[in-house]
Amino acid sequence: MEYKDYYQILGVDKDATQDEIKRAYRKLARKYHPDVSSESDAEERFKEVGEAYEVLKNVEKRAAYDQLGANWKNGQNGFQPPPDWDAGFEFHSGDYAGSASSAADFSEFFETLFGQDGGVRYGAGSSDHAGYQARGEDSHAKVLIDLEDAYQGASRSLSLRATVLGKDGRPQLKERTLNIKIPKGVRQGQHIRLQGQGGSGMGGSPDGDLYLEIEFNSHSIYKVEGRDITLELPISPWEAALGNKLHIPTPAGKVDMKIPAGVSSGKRLRLKGRGIPGKTPGDFYVTLEIVLPEYLSEKEKTLYEALKLETQNVNPRSKLGV
Amino acid sequence: MGEDKMKLLTGVVVSDYESISFTELCHCCMLTQEQVLTMVEHGIIEPMEFQVTRSHWQFTSDSMLRIQTAVRLQRDLGVNMAGAALALELLDEIKTLRRLKDARQ
Repeated sequence: MEYKDYYQILGVDKDATQDEIKRAYRKLARKYHPDVSSESDAEERFKEVGEAYEVLKNVEKRAAYDQLGANWKNGQNGFQPPPDWDAGFEFHSGDYAGSASSAADFSEFFETLFGQDGGVRYGAGSSDHAGYQARGEDSHAKVLIDLEDAYQGASRSLSLRATVLGKDGRPQLKERTLNIKIPKGVRQGQHIRLQGQGGSGMGGSPDGDLYLEIEFNSHSIYKVEGRDITLELPISPWEAALGNKLHIPTPAGKVDMKIPAGVSSGKRLRLKGRGIPGKTPGDFYVTLEIVLPEYLSEKEKTLYEALKLETQNVNPRSKLGV
Repeated sequence: MGEDKMKLLTGVVVSDYESISFTELCHCCMLTQEQVLTMVEHGIIEPMEFQVTRSHWQFTSDSMLRIQTAVRLQRDLGVNMAGAALALELLDEIKTLRRLKDARQ
């Protein structure tokens, strides 16, 4: 078991006042709150900060923890609290109620010192659990899919690690694999709710739900915006001038598309209903981009010269006043 | 839980097309009608159409996620309802801006 430096986690000195600890906690809680933070390890950090505050906000627990802190280095990596580490400290149960996070999420280090309910390790605290009922917490996870999966539907096998209560009543990390159907027509940022697949309920209460947030892998040629898809389509100057019928790729397969004559770069063409399918399907947009071949042959240059002579009166910059 | 490996689970898409009634919403979020009503008053969620009777109110089903976020923000950060509403609005704005930025890249 690893020793946890709660002062370091909150970024305060060992002699910080209770007010300083409260301020540090509130600031970090806002920073790492999983609903707000964009940091990748936000959830883990948020729990850590909550655990540190759970101990340091309480003068009794803090004093006991400080006492321990003076000796912990003797144990080095494999930390074990001395058997009577908390002798002479009186804990009051009940101060845990209404705390920020769920006790089941605290580290082994915390559990060993303060017990699972965060109150007293011996005696009173544990008997409160009899008859205790609570619906399981909802869990959240992200699932990465390809854009094509949203068109066709797919199934995904997901490995999830969750904290569950073991037989001895202690939380354990458990890995489980779920096979999940990704329905056709899902969009980026949507959630899929799997009833009863979240945390276990206590005392016969129902299990929580599992929410999966859909995220698309970035695609090499398509851009996704809600239900709509955009493809940037390179066309040649003569295709832009004369129009053409082209094969274009879509996530559902190739389709034929008519490019009207006389289009400019940046023009957006729409294929209605060819975006992400659904009751109201999205649209597929094609943004035209006129590209020139890297090298022009002598003959091509001559042809462009002829074109230049022919179009002398045309000024594409007339709007710029030059 | 071992069965999960074989079974193909099908979930419900929480989308902004599908609707959920006021009572269902309270039930799903395990909140009282008064609590959900306060959230409506603060603009955290909005019925698709304001009807005369509350029992006719319909919400988009992603309202559920907004309520849950609001509950977590209040519980974990000690903000009040107005604070949670403000945070949610700002988070929406950040999300939109990020999407716009990604779309331009």
